[in-house]
Amino acid sequence: MERFLPAAQLTALADDLAGSCHVLAPVAHAGSVVFRWYRPGMRLEFSRMASTSPKAATFPQTEPLLVAQRHEEHKQPVIEATLPPQARTVVLGCRPCGARGKEIFGPVFLGVAHDPYFARRREDALFISLVCTRPETTCFCSSVGGGPADPTGSDVLLIPVQGGFVARSVTEAGAAFLQHALFEDVGARGAEADAVVTQAQAAMPPSHDFSSAPAKLLARFDDKEFWEQQSAKCISCGACTYMCPTCYCFNITDDDLGLISRRIRTWDNCMSYTFTLEASGHNPRPTKAHRLKNRVSHKFSYYPSIHNGVIACCGCGRCIKHCPAGVDIRAIVHAAQEYAQ
Amino acid sequence: MLQQLKDAITSRLPELDLVLGWEMGFDPFHATPLYIREAADVERLVVGPWAVHNLATYLPGLKGKKVGIVVKGCDSRSVIQLANEGLIRREDVTVFGLCCDGVVSHRKLREKLPADLGFVEEAQWQADVLRARVAGQEVSVRLSDVLADKCIACCYPNALGADVLVGSERTASPQPVACQESFEALSSAEKQAFWQETMARCIRCYACRNACPMCVCRDHCIATSRDPLWLGQENSPAENFMFQMIHVMHLAGRCTECGECERACPVDIPLLLLRRHMNRVTQDLFAYEAGTTVGQTPPLLTFQVEEAGINERGW
Ligand code: SF4
Ligand code: SF4
Ligand code: SF4
Ligand code: SF4
Ligand code: SF4
Repeated sequence: MERFLPAAQLTALADDLAGSCHVLAPVAHAGSVVFRWYRPGMRLEFSRMASTSPKAATFPQTEPLLVAQRHEEHKQPVIEATLPPQARTVVLGCRPCGARGKEIFGPVFLGVAHDPYFARRREDALFISLVCTRPETTCFCSSVGGGPADPTGSDVLLIPVQGGFVARSVTEAGAAFLQHALFEDVGARGAEADAVVTQAQAAMPPSHDFSSAPAKLLARFDDKEFWEQQSAKCISCGACTYMCPTCYCFNITDDDLGLISRRIRTWDNCMSYTFTLEASGHNPRPTKAHRLKNRVSHKFSYYPSIHNGVIACCGCGRCIKHCPAGVDIRAIVHAAQEYAQ
Repeated sequence: MLQQLKDAITSRLPELDLVLGWEMGFDPFHATPLYIREAADVERLVVGPWAVHNLATYLPGLKGKKVGIVVKGCDSRSVIQLANEGLIRREDVTVFGLCCDGVVSHRKLREKLPADLGFVEEAQWQADVLRARVAGQEVSVRLSDVLADKCIACCYPNALGADVLVGSERTASPQPVACQESFEALSSAEKQAFWQETMARCIRCYACRNACPMCVCRDHCIATSRDPLWLGQENSPAENFMFQMIHVMHLAGRCTECGECERACPVDIPLLLLRRHMNRVTQDLFAYEAGTTVGQTPPLLTFQVEEAGINERGW
């Protein structure tokens, strides 16, 4: 299915959707662009990739798992699970890498263990991605299995053409979405859209071959000096993990408010000291070198080796672009790949 | 200036374990910290408007090593403050100070470009004009138009307390920071509404904390301690702002206004509004400016029954 959305109707589409479902979209606010729950009046920003990822649609930063309510002190509390209610979510204007991100960690939540919270959100979410016409200096999607027009994880691809977007459905749900009254007949724009996609793919820098990374990173596992050098300028903040569309680690804590407690799940971050801090006080990853080794190796070695070679990175480059210290994950993996004993 | 600095570092390097400086990073708009361990590394050194990072942040983690560090004026205050608080051993540190002409604000630069920073193809400084090609278009931008706010307000462009000072000394001509003035003019209710909206985009990543040279709890921060759980882990404007208030209070009288917290924030939260305000309060109450005087103890690390600047008996 292929339809046309005039650029002038984009905001109208978001406004209309916001009336009937949750809309997660890149919104400009005071100089930054971040994914926000869209409300009419907010300013959509499609020309810049948002600093944050659209991960919140399927895996929010804070998710209540259950609520315990004590009606009388010292009495057993009443415990209620807080599975999110079935409600449609539309992600409007993510990049193909962002949509692909959740597909990468899907098997973790929907495999051996079945996470009902993720499952429900995943089921309810529709991803309308914007095809990229030009890569940024930090983009490397095509080296990790994606691409600027990669349909993986998207329901609809919006291809920018003169005056608006050619919208192509990828899934059945996407085709149904294109029935919305604001979409018009595509006319003869299909060829223009094809040319945009071809040009976008050609604009990507040559792909890097990461296939030797799993073994090469593993070979450096005990090399303290290598990891100390690679992590020297890292400040161990974790900004990289919070912006990453594929990082899926979480923490569970209890928020205690007198007679009401909430058990919440929040994003965790392997660059933090407390990530592996054990109850005994022992910490197997006490330094930033241990932690960066884990982040890089998890994505490019441990994960692919147990998930059919899928690299746990979608190449969006947010971790590079927004790292306060300019740490470049590509350079670290390349260094491990090129390392001569 | 660069050659002078390289020579100074090369001559001191044999007695040091490493020297902290900057090199160009992943694109022509970004420098990145450089660890100089051997003479060949000196060649990669750069200084100038891209050298935004305050390298003093790394010093407490390098305890026990003989470290050289290249500092701008603002960064030099952090070194002094760290030493004054006993968080580093000054005698282990060799300070290569710069006379600084200012650094860019990437946020401001972005506003001057036809497309996002990531579309840069080429960039070059000619004196204080940046000529770049971004998304196929040629642009030229004056440094004065994209200068970080801290540089507009800078009182100490020439590094303080340096062992070696390179470059020609500059006279400071500090100007008020426009956004600070308009922020201070807001009513309390307006300020609260502003932070409610702004903190809604904070991702609790702690880049502001870890970039800060004076935040030295790091791995044992109150914000991430689990036992006790001081701060809710929920990512809500209230909890996010609470974390900022804790940071500001822990930095009262210690913040050297290097702006790293704000620069590090991936979602451009104007954190310096709070820090500058608190610095004014400590200046008014204690006539104290962090990191400007070698050997001075910050007011919150001392105790006096009656503080000279606080009127306790006058009703
Ligand atoms: S790589 Fe960068 S963003 Fe990630 S923890 Fe290190 S300094 Fe922070
Ligand atoms: S990595 Fe860059 S070019 Fe590739 S899909 Fe993401 S934003 Fe587009
Ligand atoms: S604040 Fe002053 S010393 Fe610091 S970078 Fe700006 S001009 Fe240089
Ligand atoms: S609070 Fe911000 S401005 Fe102050 S010392 Fe820390 S990083 Fe620098
Ligand atoms: S750096 Fe910005 S987003 Fe991260 S915790 Fe600090 S204020 Fe929040």
